[in-house]
Amino acid sequence: MLTALAILIDGLVYSSWLFIVAVGLSLIFGVMKILNVAHGSLYAFGAYGAATMVGIYFDAGWAPLGSFAMLLLAALVMGAILGIVLERGLLRFVYGRDEVIIVLVTYAAFLILEDVIKLIWGVDPYYAAQLYGLLGMTEISLLVFSNYDLALIGLALFIGGSLWLAINRTRWGKLLLAVIHDREMSQAFGINVTRVYTVTFVLGAVLGALGGAFTAPMISVTPGIGVEVIILAFAVVVIGGMGSVPGAVIGSLIVGLSRAAAVHLLPEIELFVIYGVMSLVLIVRPQGLFGKTAEKRI
Amino acid sequence: MNIKTMHPLSSAETSKISTLARIAAGLLAVGLVFFFALPAAAQKTELKVGLVAFLSGPAAGPFGIPFRNGAEMVIGGINSGTLPAPYDTGKGIAGVKIVTIVIDEAGGSTKQVTEFRNLVQRQNVDLVVGYISSGDCLAIAPVADEMKVLTILADCGTPRIFEEASYKYVFRTRPHAAMDNISAARYLLDKVPGLRTYAGINQNYAWGQDSWRDFDAAMQALKPMTEATTEQFPKIFAGQYSSEISALMLSQADAVHSSLWGGDLESFIFQATARGLDKRTQLVLTASEPYMFRLGKRMPDGVIIGARGPYGVFAHDTPLNRWFRKNYVDRYATQPVYASYVVGQAFLALKQAIEAAHAANNGNWPSVDQIISAMEYMEFEAFGSTVSMSLGKGHQAVTEAAVGVFKFDVDANEATIQDIKYYAAECVNPPEGISSVDWINGGMQGAKCN
Amino acid sequence: MIEKDKTLRTLAIAVAIFAVAGFFLPQWAVFMLTLALAKGLVVLGLLILWRTGLLSFGHALFYCTGGYAVGLAGLWGLTDVVALIALGTVASILLAFALGFLITRYREIYFAMLSMAFSMILYGVLVKSEVLGSTDGFNISPPTFLGVKLEGESLTLGNYLVTCLLVWAAGWGVHRYLQSTMGHMSIGIRDNEIRVEYLGVSVRRVIHVKYVIAAALAGAGGAISAMVVGHIDPDSMAYWTVSGEFVFVTILAGTGSVVAPFLGSIVFELVRTYAFQYTPYTWQLILGSTLLLLILILPDGLWSLFTRRKARV
Repeated sequence: MLTALAILIDGLVYSSWLFIVAVGLSLIFGVMKILNVAHGSLYAFGAYGAATMVGIYFDAGWAPLGSFAMLLLAALVMGAILGIVLERGLLRFVYGRDEVIIVLVTYAAFLILEDVIKLIWGVDPYYAAQLYGLLGMTEISLLVFSNYDLALIGLALFIGGSLWLAINRTRWGKLLLAVIHDREMSQAFGINVTRVYTVTFVLGAVLGALGGAFTAPMISVTPGIGVEVIILAFAVVVIGGMGSVPGAVIGSLIVGLSRAAAVHLLPEIELFVIYGVMSLVLIVRPQGLFGKTAEKRI
Repeated sequence: MNIKTMHPLSSAETSKISTLARIAAGLLAVGLVFFFALPAAAQKTELKVGLVAFLSGPAAGPFGIPFRNGAEMVIGGINSGTLPAPYDTGKGIAGVKIVTIVIDEAGGSTKQVTEFRNLVQRQNVDLVVGYISSGDCLAIAPVADEMKVLTILADCGTPRIFEEASYKYVFRTRPHAAMDNISAARYLLDKVPGLRTYAGINQNYAWGQDSWRDFDAAMQALKPMTEATTEQFPKIFAGQYSSEISALMLSQADAVHSSLWGGDLESFIFQATARGLDKRTQLVLTASEPYMFRLGKRMPDGVIIGARGPYGVFAHDTPLNRWFRKNYVDRYATQPVYASYVVGQAFLALKQAIEAAHAANNGNWPSVDQIISAMEYMEFEAFGSTVSMSLGKGHQAVTEAAVGVFKFDVDANEATIQDIKYYAAECVNPPEGISSVDWINGGMQGAKCN
Repeated sequence: MIEKDKTLRTLAIAVAIFAVAGFFLPQWAVFMLTLALAKGLVVLGLLILWRTGLLSFGHALFYCTGGYAVGLAGLWGLTDVVALIALGTVASILLAFALGFLITRYREIYFAMLSMAFSMILYGVLVKSEVLGSTDGFNISPPTFLGVKLEGESLTLGNYLVTCLLVWAAGWGVHRYLQSTMGHMSIGIRDNEIRVEYLGVSVRRVIHVKYVIAAALAGAGGAISAMVVGHIDPDSMAYWTVSGEFVFVTILAGTGSVVAPFLGSIVFELVRTYAFQYTPYTWQLILGSTLLLLILILPDGLWSLFTRRKARV
């Protein structure tokens, strides 16, 4: 019974984390058809930015709870700067080229950014752990949970909900849907597709940085953290169906809950969970759970 | 539909090579030949050492950079002749200065074998010191023998290198990893006499698997009535351990063993202490010494800590160690960790062996074979303690092991170690001729503990 | 169609020059070229798939299969170079043939990601195999050449010459294949599968064949790498970054000719090793920037340096 509860809560916490980390990737793919390998760098910059700013905040001796604002601020600053640099400075020159070429361009950007991180922050770790314990813990019989972890569930719901509203209930969302559906037609109707692309990419970048920023308090921020996230995010997005936000929700839930179940019941298979789930889902649903089959034109 | 588009590789379209391009191709080929064939001048007046360590990726911070720093500083000491006794024998090694060529260890064993060959044949290094990853050490050893290049494996842990094969040109001047977990098991059983159950969380790769296997076997050998409750193997560099920590809590084990290192270890400590795991169980962290100063009071009191040997806080207070610590702290403004110690140890071994061979060779620079004979079964004083090259036909070092308990001294605002116990080399290392796994499983016959 | 196809002649001349150069080049260069050519074989396989519009993010699956087939055979005492390469190739062919029934249903990113999932499952199995040394892997003794045991320089050279021969054979075979009717289906399928089906061709079968050929080449490449390096482990043979590198070289090289993959592979290795030597702390930055520039300046790959721009008909 307690094990079942642990699986549920651990699974939800991990799913929420996965969703926060992966949703930006999904959004960018959905709109721009770009599989952004540099998403891992955005995550890393978000984490480093957050750890740096939290450090400064605590050194200044301000009210501890305000440090959470630093996470948000770090994500906004890092995401916006890198998003604009990558999109305006690099990607717009390769729009219209083969999708794979664009993947490689983002991969090259990722390699470069890995060393840029090292040049800025060095190789020693940064911590934002000061604020991890601020929210206290919750005890359920033998189990103790960190409230910060539990709060991630709320954050994921908030991000998912806001995105859903933004896409389905705002004018900007309508434009976005039009561009997703048919880019050329939207252009013909006078939608400024270039601007939609820039805004989407920057938003996706901020979300990527947000994933890193909110992970920073839980971890030691070190070189190489970005690499690990890329494949996780890809897997979640593929399982859910490329470019679908509800898909990213379901993808995260499936991976998160399966992983928690594996850890508690059969730890030996933990390593295989994500790829096993991905293979199974694709075998049953070749387009992912929420993916749309591309129309075939003769 | 234009049928022509169906013939993509028709000769006329894509495979056509103009005369100009053919000339260019020829030039490129010739260019490549010359490019490759550029001779590199060999220097006789200096000892050219290839130094290999992780300079990028997750292992750079905890190991690679301290390793590089330790090497840099000790080489500085050797070249300027400022080392204390017994290494106060003048400048350089037998008067010859060391110069280094630094290479990143990133990229996997295939890449490292290629770069090793490049170091030897393109850069003409006299010898190679380095390697933190066990996979790289395993791959490099036969290549070093094939190329007849003296190679010191300075930091990797797997016992397999000299237990599965023997090499002439390869030495490892640090003990292998079996003793880390044997000493941890001995210490844990001393500290918690009534211990019944234990659990493990180790990274899912060779290091983590071997560490858990050795620890588990040592526990069973020392106290067969104990029992392992859960074995968690999170992916390496996962960074997220919330599910694993829940599983450890539910298992209610008396102790939790872990060989996590670097960012993974620090992340685990943050996540475990935020949920009070350290209050419910005795944590045994075999490779955690490098992080205790940085973590300071974030490291929970009472955790059993290892340094993979008598390094760092476990190093004996000798003139050599005082020189090492003082110079390291002055130069890098941080405490030296075990990676810094073991690479320093490798250079001390070289200095002693080469100078002995040099003396035996009537004051002439010795051949590689003469250096090798001098180094086999050699005993030398290092910064942490005495090292004997007594395993692997004289190519594998053993030292004593050390384990202690962490305590943050609030008054002094300083991380400290208490209840340090040293275990003699013969107590925690297998004798020559038997593999570590067999020795532990066989009940560690013949272990001489003081 | 009037101009004569000179690819095979170029290939033969290039391989001959390289083979002869092996006797004069320094050892490290011969070794690096051997590895670059072995990886070039893998890339040649990816080229076949890529011309059909398919890109595998998990081709290391077959590279690793070839390597581990050699490693396991070595444990049982098989050391002949020809037998080992054949074994690595056949092992990959069998695996690809079986997986092909499933994977040929997929296109685009789903093909890429499912390939990656398969390769990572193999990676996981190897990490879990403590008998095979887990991530530390194990060593392989050097191959013998028709019963002759070589050592030192002659071993390096022997490996190199065998690789050159294989490169020539593979290049020749692939070029002939691409010139055949089956081969010509590639871009047709890439542009519009339904049209190809209307011609009475089973697209899935065509892709299945290509997939098996690509796997065979990767298996051979993996077998050579394993023998030459003398060590195999999952991190340097099966991890997704290995596959990523192959994809990178494929695009970098361009698909214009069967010679391109080998050129691309050599250039990639050279850039990387010199970045390692001269900028050990920032080699990723140098590598990334160089590759980025190459992609931006030469959109059709390095090979486009050798082809004249041709106006579309």
